[in-house]
Amino acid sequence: MRYTPHTDADRQRMLRTIGRSSVEEVFGHIPKALRERAKIDLPQGLSEVQVKKKMAALAAQNATPEQWSLFLGGGIYHHFIPSTVDAVISRGEFSTSYTPYQPEVSQGTLQAIYEFQTLWCQVTGMDVANAGLYDGGSAAAEAVLMARRVQEGRQRVLLSRALHPQYRSVVATYLRNLKDVELGDIPFNAAGATDGESLAREVDDKTICVVVGYPNFFGVIEDLEPIREACSRHGALLATVTTEALSLGLLRPPGEWGADIAVGEGQSLGVPMSLGGPGYGFFACRKRFLRAMPGRLVGETVDNDGRRGFVLTLSTREQHIRREKATSNICTNQNLCGLASTVFMAALGKTGIRRLAEINVALAHEAYDRLVREARLAPLFSGPFFNEFTLKAKDLDRRLVQLRADKLVPGIPLNAWYPELHDSLLVCVTEMNETEEIDHLVKALARE
Amino acid sequence: MKPDQIPAKFLRQEISGFPELGELEVLRHFTCLSQRNYAIERQFYPLGSCTMKYNPRLNEVVARLPGLAQLHPLAPPALIQGALQLLYELQNMLAEISGMDSVTLQPAAGAQGELTGLMIIRAYLGKKGNPRRKVIVPDTAHGTNPASSTLCGYEVVQIGSNDRGMIEPSRLEPLMSEDVAALMITNPNTLGIFDENIQTVAEVVHAKGGLVYLDGANMNALLGIAKPGDMGVDVLHINLHKTFSTPHGGGGPGAGPVAVKAVHSDFLPVPRIGKTSAGFHLDENFPCSVGRVRSFFGNFGILVRAYAYILSLGSDGLEDVSQMALLNANYLRKRLEDHFHLAYAEPCMHECVFTDRLQQKYGVHTLDIAKRLLDYGFHPPTVYFPLVVSGALMIEPTETESRETLDAFADAMIAIAAEAKENPELVKNAPHSTPVKRLDEARAARRPVLRWERTQNQSDREPQRVKL
Repeated sequence: MRYTPHTDADRQRMLRTIGRSSVEEVFGHIPKALRERAKIDLPQGLSEVQVKKKMAALAAQNATPEQWSLFLGGGIYHHFIPSTVDAVISRGEFSTSYTPYQPEVSQGTLQAIYEFQTLWCQVTGMDVANAGLYDGGSAAAEAVLMARRVQEGRQRVLLSRALHPQYRSVVATYLRNLKDVELGDIPFNAAGATDGESLAREVDDKTICVVVGYPNFFGVIEDLEPIREACSRHGALLATVTTEALSLGLLRPPGEWGADIAVGEGQSLGVPMSLGGPGYGFFACRKRFLRAMPGRLVGETVDNDGRRGFVLTLSTREQHIRREKATSNICTNQNLCGLASTVFMAALGKTGIRRLAEINVALAHEAYDRLVREARLAPLFSGPFFNEFTLKAKDLDRRLVQLRADKLVPGIPLNAWYPELHDSLLVCVTEMNETEEIDHLVKALARE
Repeated sequence: MKPDQIPAKFLRQEISGFPELGELEVLRHFTCLSQRNYAIERQFYPLGSCTMKYNPRLNEVVARLPGLAQLHPLAPPALIQGALQLLYELQNMLAEISGMDSVTLQPAAGAQGELTGLMIIRAYLGKKGNPRRKVIVPDTAHGTNPASSTLCGYEVVQIGSNDRGMIEPSRLEPLMSEDVAALMITNPNTLGIFDENIQTVAEVVHAKGGLVYLDGANMNALLGIAKPGDMGVDVLHINLHKTFSTPHGGGGPGAGPVAVKAVHSDFLPVPRIGKTSAGFHLDENFPCSVGRVRSFFGNFGILVRAYAYILSLGSDGLEDVSQMALLNANYLRKRLEDHFHLAYAEPCMHECVFTDRLQQKYGVHTLDIAKRLLDYGFHPPTVYFPLVVSGALMIEPTETESRETLDAFADAMIAIAAEAKENPELVKNAPHSTPVKRLDEARAARRPVLRWERTQNQSDREPQRVKL
């Protein structure tokens, strides 16, 4: 398959115009030593039919929710996506357009981003939101970097150990090469929440910020009030990280708890799981941090005729203007994924998003009750949860392999990231898990 | 949901201001918005360094296969063997194409790829005893290059290009020391010029124990013509949303895989994909790894599209890409060089840079030319970049444009050059025929309004109309 439209006549005519007799002459100035070794050793191109066959064969080897009963969360969630979402994002005017640097011909993209920013302010209860970052993990890292920029003279960043382990890893990677900053861990307690006593001991006048999951990696909804108080006592900033964005359709938003920064992963809202990417990180905060924010921002303005329009703004924070002094090196805003969420939020709306969240709570709690009662599994943590919870299950590794024969994956074993939590399972139930699947889950786990 | 399932203190009020629309209203709203956008599927986008080529619809279809789109990243590896195979094969394809040894697909974007590549360099030098303090960046570099360097804890030292737009080894030598970790280059550079000194430049850097980082944004010029791995490059990133056709999406998502020479493989992000006779597995056991830069595997959906593209084109199709990209750029250059000032006389590869020097005497500048092009139905080229060229107009047609399109664009540019002379006001007040005219960017920055808020005299039912 080739997408070059040139006929032989075109080629000849163009070569004549530029005064060359062959295309090879056009790159004749490239050193011969390089040209001689440049041949690409890959098979010849395939037709559309052949590509589809090959891709289908690869796809057939993967477990999907259609054929398997999957109860997997841990940062990526299987949710309903209304047909309107793909109808919009597969329009070429959105998918094949460029970054809106020429605003006169990008009002579609720009207004959609303005709407996205608005919706995220409403969801998080914050003053300002940017156009999106790579994912929840890098959003957490950017939150820490911004906090460091505004809290001059402070060095310590405290991360809850109940924050998503991969996110903690990304934050550590981003901070590793920077001077005058160190990371500390706050352990979790028996309820599966950030331990208040440890936190109160660790936060001091050198603390830049405290970062907690909301809900956290164990699915537990953290009480942010004592955490906010501990931070305020020492002038530390509070950043919340939400991996299951749908939970904010029901839970008290970070802004109302007094958080300074609210970030997380937007995938739950209208973006397919896609093995964990692409998605986007949402980033919202108080207005006093505006000029320190990373990422793209769209603002409202007027044109020469007084018509309302939208433009990228406050770009002096960004890499293309400030280069080595930019607030971040980020160039993208994962736009098409953000657009998917904007459509999703518009399609579900005020009542829909709450209702979907409530359905998740009902199903997850029903499954939890049945697993504890009928399958006799002990809860691991006691904290309140949204749609993810933890259970203890003896001989877990062996049982997980066994259950594959039933095409069942009941959850995520926690010991890969928390070695002290062996025989512990993180179970996620969403509206996409059918009643029969939950029956199957309970019965399968009830077996010895 | 039952009342006692979540304590009341954790519950919110309904989300004030959230939309309440019927499905048709939602669809109309976004369809109408889409119609106010330019896009590759509507018109030509000669944006230098962006490689706005056709985004094959085939790739959209295969990326939506449930067996690829509906995968959970924490499913046990045994249940995602097809996905792991795709990733493993894509790594090998990109290594072969770039002439390098090992690849990570984790970085979510070019800029994140740059950061990852610099971290690998830093970790490698750190292991040898001294991570060093500086990175040299040419004055023609993309803004993400110095920004990524800072984020990696390096001080940026700028090197000026010579009057042929290239890096002069004799200018590099005094800057290169054992305090410099790396030189970041783009080749061909952002002027579209292949730096013929590249191998000498690499030797100057290597002689002092430094490494060469290649920003792979311009790979579209190199397929089958020259491999970065043969140029002395140690680490590079590739923009899948440029050379490898994944859609720009109005600003992402893209992907920025990083390729390294074997000696740096141990520093790549984890997990890495291993292959045995039993199949594919994930390996985290690399103690020297720089760690993780993104959650899970990276932008898998984008990787799928690039993989399908490489399968479709194959070695023959990929070589055709660069040849036609170069032919198209050189053809446009020839058609325009009598009407616009060419910044450099050097041969160009897949893009060329003009300036507004000939139009300035009429009071018409690059910005005006760009805006007037919108009236002709074309997206303008990249403007005011690279910074070394005053009033730069960077034109990259890509290989998927026909001669007719190129001629139409050249004709429009020539017409604008004539208008600049005969009717400059028409150009200076452009655009005239777009959904909105020039926008007041100063006002947007002075009085930032970054979200909609309900005002006091608005009711729930009052429609928010954007005046057309």
